[in-house]
Amino acid sequence: MIKEYLAEQYDIAVIGGGHAGIEAALAPARLGLKTVMFTINLDWVGNMPCNPSIGGTAKGHLVRELDALGGEMGKAADATTLQSRMLNRGKGPAVYSLRAQIDRREYCSYMKHAVEKQKNLDVKQAEIVHIEKRDDGLWHCITRLGADYACKCVILATGTFLGGRIYIGEVNYESGPDGNFPATELAASLKKLNIPLRRFKTGTPARVDRASIDFSKLEIQDGDEDTVPFSFSTTEKPQNKVVCHIGYTNDDTKKVILENLHRSPLYAGDIEGVGPRYCPSIEDKIVRFADKQRHQMFVEPCGENTEEMYLQGMSSSLPEEVQLKFYRTIPGLENVKVMRTAYAIEYDCIDPLALYATLEIKEQPGLYGAGQFNGSSGYEEAAAQGFVAGVNAAHKILGLEPLVLSRSSSYIGTLIDDLVTKGCSDPYRMMTSRSEYRLLLRQDNADERLMPTGYGLGLVSEYEYNRFLERKKLKEQEIERVNNTFFAPSKALNELLESRGTAPLTTGCRLADLIKRPQLDYKCLAPFDKERPELPDDVCEKVEVEIKYEGYISRQQAQVDEMLRLENKALPKDFDYTTIKGLRLEAAEKLNKIKPENIGQASRISGVSPADVSVLLIYLSK
Amino acid sequence: MSERTIAAIATPLGEGGISVIRISGDNAIDVAEKCFCTFSGEKLSNLGGYQAAYGKVVDNEKEALDDAVALVFRAPKSYTGENVVEISCHGGTVVARQVLRRVLECGATLATGGEFTKRAFLNGKLDLTKAESVMGLISARSDAAAKISRGAREGRISRDTEDILNKLLETAASLAAFADYPDEDIPNLNEENFAKLLDECYAKCEKLISTYDAGRIIREGINCAIVGKPNVGKSTLMNMLCGSDRSIVTNIAGTTRDVVETTVNVGDITLNLADTAGIHETDDTVEQFGVDRAKQKIDNAELLLAVFDSSLPLDDDDKKLLCSIRDKKCIVVLNKTDLTPVLNKNELNEFEIIEISAKSGSGYNTLCSAINHICKTAMLSPDDTILINERQRDCVNRALNAVSAARDALNMGMTLDAVGVCVDDAIAALLELTGKRVTNEVCDEIFKRFCVGK
Repeated sequence: MIKEYLAEQYDIAVIGGGHAGIEAALAPARLGLKTVMFTINLDWVGNMPCNPSIGGTAKGHLVRELDALGGEMGKAADATTLQSRMLNRGKGPAVYSLRAQIDRREYCSYMKHAVEKQKNLDVKQAEIVHIEKRDDGLWHCITRLGADYACKCVILATGTFLGGRIYIGEVNYESGPDGNFPATELAASLKKLNIPLRRFKTGTPARVDRASIDFSKLEIQDGDEDTVPFSFSTTEKPQNKVVCHIGYTNDDTKKVILENLHRSPLYAGDIEGVGPRYCPSIEDKIVRFADKQRHQMFVEPCGENTEEMYLQGMSSSLPEEVQLKFYRTIPGLENVKVMRTAYAIEYDCIDPLALYATLEIKEQPGLYGAGQFNGSSGYEEAAAQGFVAGVNAAHKILGLEPLVLSRSSSYIGTLIDDLVTKGCSDPYRMMTSRSEYRLLLRQDNADERLMPTGYGLGLVSEYEYNRFLERKKLKEQEIERVNNTFFAPSKALNELLESRGTAPLTTGCRLADLIKRPQLDYKCLAPFDKERPELPDDVCEKVEVEIKYEGYISRQQAQVDEMLRLENKALPKDFDYTTIKGLRLEAAEKLNKIKPENIGQASRISGVSPADVSVLLIYLSK
Repeated sequence: MSERTIAAIATPLGEGGISVIRISGDNAIDVAEKCFCTFSGEKLSNLGGYQAAYGKVVDNEKEALDDAVALVFRAPKSYTGENVVEISCHGGTVVARQVLRRVLECGATLATGGEFTKRAFLNGKLDLTKAESVMGLISARSDAAAKISRGAREGRISRDTEDILNKLLETAASLAAFADYPDEDIPNLNEENFAKLLDECYAKCEKLISTYDAGRIIREGINCAIVGKPNVGKSTLMNMLCGSDRSIVTNIAGTTRDVVETTVNVGDITLNLADTAGIHETDDTVEQFGVDRAKQKIDNAELLLAVFDSSLPLDDDDKKLLCSIRDKKCIVVLNKTDLTPVLNKNELNEFEIIEISAKSGSGYNTLCSAINHICKTAMLSPDDTILINERQRDCVNRALNAVSAARDALNMGMTLDAVGVCVDDAIAALLELTGKRVTNEVCDEIFKRFCVGK
């Protein structure tokens, strides 16, 4: 037994300094609560142990939403961007998604400094080995060195550290990511609290030496010419400093992998953890999609001051020498030198059905979870949850209303609702298809959806909020103007229309109706629009989207309104559903476990049928 | 919160081989045990689900009312999902009523119309369209209406919509994959296939909706008025259609002064038939009232049978009448074909004409098939899926509109996220049809139809 000593008292302790931990610590500190963030290795605050990039489909939406609420991730990404691309251009504004390559080291430095500078926030390198609630009503976090920190609330943001074990071929050992220590004893301490833990796994590809790659055999992938920042507060467009490359696997790759499949810990049955369906390893892809000729590989630089290159799409847990052999079958990588070997990592996480939508653990008041601990995968998913857990822990202490975002307000709301209502059977990755309201939850309007909330929380500055109001006013005025501007047919205008493959005008036409034509856009009509004011790019984009998609947006709004009516029917808390006659036992048990807030949430629980929902409605009407 | 145990005669009243009294609820088996003694001496409460016992129904003096078989169902494996006992006794109204009365004495309460079905629905044994169809069966007034409801009960609506749903879900899934994996080299979406798929869904929704009006007529009947000037034989026609002397028939013009109403089945259709006063200029105040009412009936009727005397030429009253019914759904009935024809049929060639002799009954079948034909019910095959209420029609109609909007968006060249929004709408409407998605409309319907929550 180590000798404990009483260290400091805090309002909130955050265990973990990854993407979830950072937001979970910053938000309460900014709300004035005395906060401490523990990390096993202070050099790796905000580490990206997998891909050196932020954003992507739906994940880019999460970053923008988090930024609108007052999170840090978007600002850090903008400050350290190496290359920026808007994905899905041409597939419609609902699914435009921002993705940026990030300088990994720079990002860590930025985040480390951000938490260090933050008022009310102490940052400590320490491994928490034990937590428990004691008679003083406080949660006590005990470090490996015996320091006892007593806190009102604790946020678990343990990532892949909790009970971490790395697998490479036949070799496996206890470890955190990137050569860090694992948090093994903490896992045992949580089990004592009867927290339902389970094993998930994830994996990462090799990092290889730039000089060993033959880039002439790879395709170049450039950044966008006209870039867009993540953060609404970033006023300068990020610069593209690097290019990425694309390569492909071939039959030889497949052959090497299939010949050595029995040496994969996954196929040999060594790993019990469930891996992410949406982010499979290369051996998984080759087995599951056997008829696919080739698989894509992206070569991404890890930073400006390093020669390490990340091989996206090539994660693996095959033995080291097999990895080298199959990487070298890929054209361009014939002589590749591996600097860090690919690995799979297995870790402990909670069944998120044990969480409230506030991310507080139902059976453990004052204890919150965020990020991979809650069963999600991805930096962005983690950061979003960290923010929500941080705000809710703070609000609990301050006696304020909890922050629960609806599915119709945001991807963040959708993410958390999915986790705590439906649960997850593999690491949960955000995707646009998870949202039923894609056309409303666009990345361009994240500020309109959430900045008022962020401002209300006190996490968005007066200055930023006023800038937002100004943007909104400009947009509304311009939409009004465009709706009331008429173009008369003219030779020049009709030439443009015909060149774009749309009917020429014979009579006058509203500018808005021209913008609605799929072949035309707001920009191309500028030469004919004499009164058009000078507007920032993001305002122009919103004007265009809102006019062009007006009918579809209102169609979706009607769907939201319908849902909200069920969402507004609240269910009693602390209620025994087995006492309602007519509910099937399975449904009653699920409802007792998940304790939904309202009928809408209840209807999304798997195992609760529409007939059960009808019974609930009838019960409520009594 | 325990529900009361209910009982009712589950077989149609009337003469028959057996009658079944159904008891359902937590205490169903206890209730049955009080009034049913097995010959073997085995207690009903010792029987497992799906087990039957032969015995007698006894009154409180243990006097036998009838020999019967009691069949025990244990929750949730029963029609209602509750404990159920079905007592099969001898047929005939008297015995069945006696047994039911005894069951009620033993602690059950009389089930209200559709209450077994309501419980089955609330216990998740039936989906909404099936439950609605049972309610339809209970209130069906003709064979054809019962047949439609049986179709729905068998799940035809669910099956047909399932097919459309699967197509739409397939569309939605490819749209989602397309958006979520921008960097993967998955093949681009084939817009032609997409358009084809949406076309198919559109056609199927359209067909479903087209069955509704015909279905409604079969189910609810059609308001039909017999009109014509005095003494052309309207009341004789009425009596011919209902097969009895519903209207008083004399050779005195103006015998029918008020509207005489009755319900008759003609082929597949129920006619809510109204015999009206002969329309002509009259000074008789009482008769004038009748004439006004007749005119009102013309306005409200969905089908008119306009009767003319084929033994007389068309006069001014006839021509006025023809003018007023020109835009209505109507059949011109030329009566009195037993007499020498005088009327010039060429003056009526814009109308559908049926010649009958109401007196002798000739032309009855021709008239019936004409009525079925004009109501479009003749085209319905008994195996067609038919939507049976306004709620169902509304759901399919919303699906149709949404599919149509998706098609337009695609053809116009809008981006696929806009197409996706419309497809989602269509899916939601169809899920609502079968009750797989609960919305406020579905809830309202539940409350309205099943009088729950009391």
